[in-house]
Amino acid sequence: MKGVMSNPVSVGVPSPQSGSTTQRNVKSSIRDLNFFYGDAQALKHIDMEIYEHAVTALIGPSGCGKSTLLRCFNRMHDLTPHTRYEGEIRLFPDDVNIVSPEVDPIEVRMRISMVFQKPNPFPKSIYENVAYGLRVRGVRNKTELDGRVEAALRGAALWEEVKDRLGEPGTALSGGQQQRLCIARALATDPEIVLFDEPTSALDPIATASIEDLIISMAGSVTVLIVTHNMQQAARVSTYTAFMYLGELIEYGPTNEMFTRPREQRTSDYLTGRFG
Amino acid sequence: MASLSPPLAIDASHATVADIRANVAQRRRWDLVFAVLGLLATSIGVVTLLALFIDLVMDGYQRLTPDFFLSFPSRRASEAGILSAWVGTCLVMLVTAVVGVPLAVSAGLYLEEYAPRNWLTTVIEINVSNLAAVPSIVYGLLALGLFVYALGFGQSILSAGLTLALMIMPIIVVATREAVRAVPHTIREAAYAVGATRWQVTRDHVLPYSIPGIATGVIIGLARAIGETAPLITIGALTFIAYLPNPPLTTTPPFVNFDWLWSGFTVLPIQMFNWVSRPGTAFHANAAAAGIVIVVLTLLMNGFAIFLRYRLRKRINW
Repeated sequence: MKGVMSNPVSVGVPSPQSGSTTQRNVKSSIRDLNFFYGDAQALKHIDMEIYEHAVTALIGPSGCGKSTLLRCFNRMHDLTPHTRYEGEIRLFPDDVNIVSPEVDPIEVRMRISMVFQKPNPFPKSIYENVAYGLRVRGVRNKTELDGRVEAALRGAALWEEVKDRLGEPGTALSGGQQQRLCIARALATDPEIVLFDEPTSALDPIATASIEDLIISMAGSVTVLIVTHNMQQAARVSTYTAFMYLGELIEYGPTNEMFTRPREQRTSDYLTGRFG
Repeated sequence: MASLSPPLAIDASHATVADIRANVAQRRRWDLVFAVLGLLATSIGVVTLLALFIDLVMDGYQRLTPDFFLSFPSRRASEAGILSAWVGTCLVMLVTAVVGVPLAVSAGLYLEEYAPRNWLTTVIEINVSNLAAVPSIVYGLLALGLFVYALGFGQSILSAGLTLALMIMPIIVVATREAVRAVPHTIREAAYAVGATRWQVTRDHVLPYSIPGIATGVIIGLARAIGETAPLITIGALTFIAYLPNPPLTTTPPFVNFDWLWSGFTVLPIQMFNWVSRPGTAFHANAAAAGIVIVVLTLLMNGFAIFLRYRLRKRINW
């Protein structure tokens, strides 16, 4: 267990912005997590705490397992045959092991939502895109749907741009707007954690900046886990950073510490561009 | 004429413009040769079909009067019509569509979205594709044994509709699976990620987005069924029917009736076949006229399939 905070429930870390110490609760605790695609082991003995209402970035070279780890959190791997989880991802406050076979993946996905690499709005109206997560769980009340769709679109900084054309297809929006629509869709269900899988890799720099601002602003109310191949992005948006390599967690700690004083040689090599 | 020998190799460092032009001209000639051959091959197909259709129209067009559509068959060629045939075709197609489409679409969705990937599924998939290529007379024999005798449906519209449904199911299953497979995986992931069940993903996304492809497959399947003769003769279609089945819709409650399912029947291609096999040119004109009706019906259905695909696909872009 390298670089993992000692206290399992809460920890005091210097906030990167102010330098003052903030108390944070543990939202989720990964314990000896192994993951297999068939016989190939993609994650090896991961131990890590995810802090509530913070942005945690997962970085590392291609194939290091960062996306695989992210997708364990909403059981996306269950859609692929011949995959297997070992170990635990405990979700607090109720201490449920969300990768246990006894826990229905749908229950997990109702609590933890996800934004994908390429914007993937449904070929339906903007409104229906955001409302879908509520519709699948049986929300029928029009007033409630309207209110939550608006709140989610505001949360994704898209409301002002689309409020007069909620009936238009979501696929007609620009790439950056589509990704914010996907963020609204992920927020509409009031998730406890939002997962971002390289959310800006298909976007131009301006759209990227707006998504990054959004992620930073979200962190006050929701726990964010983001995979990025862009180290500057990790530095800009995250409070904690985990560096992974070949399926292992190499180093994990407050972002400002890791970027200025990495403890591991491999982290330092990666951050300075010597490999990856 | 210039030779068609392989072009003279050109050594770029010493080539003059004249050499280069000669070389290009020589290679261009092969372009022309293939273009001409290709055009010829295409025309042979198109012109032959067109000639057949024009011949059909020339032979049959004077018979295409309203009376022709409103008369029963008759021993006098000039009084004979296709009323019982086109009514039979419509009713048989109704049974075929109502039975075949839901079964085939469900099977296609199941195989693509639900079925686990194992050897059994693979065997089923290969066999479904193979069934699409089984000669229709074989379906006729199967239906004769199963529907007509074993299940006791007799030589009825019901048996005919079920036979054709069986025959076009593989076509629709294959079309459904292709359409379903064209729905991007990212869309499914998006729906699963907000907590949708497999059925919700299928009902709300996969099925609606693959409707254009499914509809095309359905219409192509029905267009094939409409011209089918062999299996229906096998199960005992009549060739001379001077009555109509009881209409499916009535003016008195309960407004529907299903007697027609058990009625004897004939269909357009069988009526046509019957007229072709009679001596005398008068009946041949009738056959040609019925042929025109079938061809136009088929072309209309295919045209509608193309229109649907074009219109519905325009609404969906990923």
